[in-house]
Amino acid sequence: MDDLLAARSQMALSLGFHIIFACIGMIMPFFMAISHYIYLKTGKEAYKKLTVAWSKGVAIFFVTGAVSGTMLSFELGLLWPKFMEEAGPIFGMPFSLEGTAFFIEAIALGFFLYGWGKFHPWFHWFTGVVVGVSGLASGILVVAANAWMNAPTGFDIIDGVYTNIDPIAAMFNEAWFSQALHMTLAAFVATGFAVGGIHAWMIRKGKSKDIHIPALRISLTIGAVAAILMPLSGHHAAKDVAHRQPAKLAAMEAHFHTEERAALIIGGIPDEATQTVNYAIKIPGGLSYLIHGDFVTEVKGLEDIPQDEHPPVAITHYGFQIMVGIGMLLMLVGLIWLFGLWKKAPYLHAPWFLALLALLSPLGFIAVEAGWVVTEVGRQPWILYGIMRTADAVTPMPGIVYSFWLYVAVYLSLSLIVGALLAKQVKALDKETEQLSPKTS
Amino acid sequence: MVDIIIAFLYLSLLMYLLFGGADFGAGIIEFFTSDAKKDRTRLLTYQAIGPIWEANHMWLIITIVILFVGFPKVYSTVSIFLHIPVSLLLLGIIARGTAFIFRHYDPDQGKFQPLYNLIFVYSSFLSPLFLGILAGTIISGRIDLEAASFPEAYLFPWLAFFPISVGLFTVAICGYLAAVFLIGEAQTHEDQMLFRKKAIRMNVLTVVAGALVFLAATLEGIPLLAGMLDHPITILALVLASISLPLTWKYLRENFHMRARILVGFQVSMILFALFYSIHPAFMVFKNSVLILKDAAAGPATMNSLGIALLVGSVFILPSLFYLIYSFQKKPFQPLAKK
Ligand code: HDD
Ligand code: HEM
Ligand code: HEM
Repeated sequence: MDDLLAARSQMALSLGFHIIFACIGMIMPFFMAISHYIYLKTGKEAYKKLTVAWSKGVAIFFVTGAVSGTMLSFELGLLWPKFMEEAGPIFGMPFSLEGTAFFIEAIALGFFLYGWGKFHPWFHWFTGVVVGVSGLASGILVVAANAWMNAPTGFDIIDGVYTNIDPIAAMFNEAWFSQALHMTLAAFVATGFAVGGIHAWMIRKGKSKDIHIPALRISLTIGAVAAILMPLSGHHAAKDVAHRQPAKLAAMEAHFHTEERAALIIGGIPDEATQTVNYAIKIPGGLSYLIHGDFVTEVKGLEDIPQDEHPPVAITHYGFQIMVGIGMLLMLVGLIWLFGLWKKAPYLHAPWFLALLALLSPLGFIAVEAGWVVTEVGRQPWILYGIMRTADAVTPMPGIVYSFWLYVAVYLSLSLIVGALLAKQVKALDKETEQLSPKTS
Repeated sequence: MVDIIIAFLYLSLLMYLLFGGADFGAGIIEFFTSDAKKDRTRLLTYQAIGPIWEANHMWLIITIVILFVGFPKVYSTVSIFLHIPVSLLLLGIIARGTAFIFRHYDPDQGKFQPLYNLIFVYSSFLSPLFLGILAGTIISGRIDLEAASFPEAYLFPWLAFFPISVGLFTVAICGYLAAVFLIGEAQTHEDQMLFRKKAIRMNVLTVVAGALVFLAATLEGIPLLAGMLDHPITILALVLASISLPLTWKYLRENFHMRARILVGFQVSMILFALFYSIHPAFMVFKNSVLILKDAAAGPATMNSLGIALLVGSVFILPSLFYLIYSFQKKPFQPLAKK
């Protein structure tokens, strides 16, 4: 592994780790706020217990999110100092606003987690909402920074010097809206299905229903609504990419040859050497239709893009297939869930359906990771699209491989501990509810 | 605007040293506590720090963001030449933060506790040690921008007596801050006496470590003392810090905990001030050159938007942060015998 590959892998590992905690940090506060609201309105103890139980789990996630985020803000410099030296002043605006959002989030979190019984109940509830809103805001801001790397604007380069810097224009770059919308929805989908799946499994195992049923309803309903919106927003994102980063789109679709009536390629194994895709389902004209709204218009293929500006095709293509496949599946299940709620259908609590939900629970997060692989690997070889190459940005310090393995060790042990702690929390919740509500169901 | 941003930079550094430092210090105190009393110290630490842990930690993020947005040259130089100590600092921060929360949220209070405690205590040393090493290297002139070999570029600048002595000094300061802070949180007379004893020891340690810093500076030919004595204002700062020391002890004996805390905060601020002012107007000293913050600032459009973001941010942050700290402040314990 050379230093560049090590640095890229370390960045991918850290971001891929952080995004899980960031999603939970953004979304769980909303779930808790809903449950907390119902408790305050109805006084039903189960909802209070649910809120407290969730907040215990979330505290573990928050700290992991906070420390991994802290590592990221150093890592950007540790790995890509030459990029940050130029980019910092240009795309710094969202980061400085994000700093404020994080701070507010951290303060509100202090009130929320430690404030039970200490404040007016509605003030306490409100601090929980603030945690969610500021978390969401920071997510959107940091994605706007990432979008700028895909669609750099707000500066000119004159004789190799970055001048006429306009941080506001850089923040509202061409890609920020489609990425931020898609990411926000993704966080709701991933967290909603993950949490819902865990509670579905608990119901199936016959654990105290008065907690797990409301938990399932809150989380999965929100997740389902977001899942239905997901393909719409994804379609919008794809059209955006086609317009702004044709190389990325071509890699996503494994679309090697520029052609009219371009086919939509589903699945398959792309072969970069022969520029063909084997074993794929091809829908003639499909790609042209998705991008341009008719079945004939030409779509640019990789052959028209200089060889040294091709992103890795296979990884990008697989990532895209995984994301879209999961997106379609979750949309379907979301529709079934909402239909069941509407009709009060008994299948919602049928063991097979609960098992299905449990099985689906990791998929949202897998889609999130796959989507980021599409975005980031599809941007290669550029760190700043069309302007700076990743290879030119990497730190001159040798031996990044050791740093990479160190990070692998750190993240591996953190994942193991967080997983074990979460499992223990769920068990502890069961014990507690069994003691307090002797055989209600 | 540049001046405002520089002020914010120093302010967030100072806040991190004070609040983050007291936070690290709690782990250092735990290390020096006998096994019998460790559990109580732990509980008290948790109650005192739990609610403000994340917020304390945010000052570091603000510092970093100011650096990479406003002074990218500082950020990239530190990132390149101090890659190794920065990574070790991060390791300390990640291990400590997670161990602190995990040990509380592990419902099974048995098996893993000793491991969490061990990690918590050692990383509480590691983090301020490397924080101090970074500061020490930055002001020492040991970074060689033209270094040719790996050790000269990436190891020798920080792996030396002076930076390490500043690291030890930072560790001692953190312990001192924490001890004084915890006296005010203590719920029983016994605990109070315990932390008072710690505070005395940490105070002595701080003074010893401070002397070590000057010794190291002299041995390595770093004009630290000369730099400080050059400016009347740093002399004043050091004198004020020394004078306020006995006053702190008077307040502590009379149970004016808040005043004692403020004085200790003042002392630490003065020390930090003197340290950085000794190289003024430079912010970083390299082997053959210096870096002056104002010259390294990003363009006016960036600085304006950064400054506005910071100013608007503080309108939201400072009042709510103050309210948070105030809300979770324990009523100080007042020994009956005193009245
Ligand atoms: C629950 C997760 C999830 C699901 C179900 C989907 N996506 Fe997605 N997608 C993401 C999670 C995600 C993401 C992780 O959030 C990304 C990475 C960067 C971003 O902004 O969003 C992303 C990026 C992303 C991009 C690249 C944007 C860019 O590079 O600027 C495209 C074109 C799509 N998605 C398209 C789709 C389509 C057509 C879907 C159809 C169902 C879909 N996504 C479902
Ligand atoms: C280079 C990229 C990133 C950097 C430098 C970064 C930095 C950080 C930092 C410093 C924190 C800690 C804040 C605290 O102490 O509370 C954090 C937490 C968080 N980040 Fe990131 N982040 C990055 C990517 C992302 C992305 C892509 C998202 C979401 C889409 C995101 C969303 C969040 C959220 C919601 C939190 C707070 C929740 C929590 O603490 O668990 N971040 N991040
Ligand atoms: C949290 C969600 C994110 C994930 C999972 C993610 C994933 C990745 C991956 C897989 C790579 C490696 C690509 C390759 O080298 O082939 C990468 C690189 C990188 N990402 Fe992201 N990314 C995320 C968000 C962000 C954000 C918000 C930023 C900045 C604001 C960012 C900045 C970078 C940088 C600087 C690199 C290295 C340079 C490069 O490879 O182009 N990423 N990321």
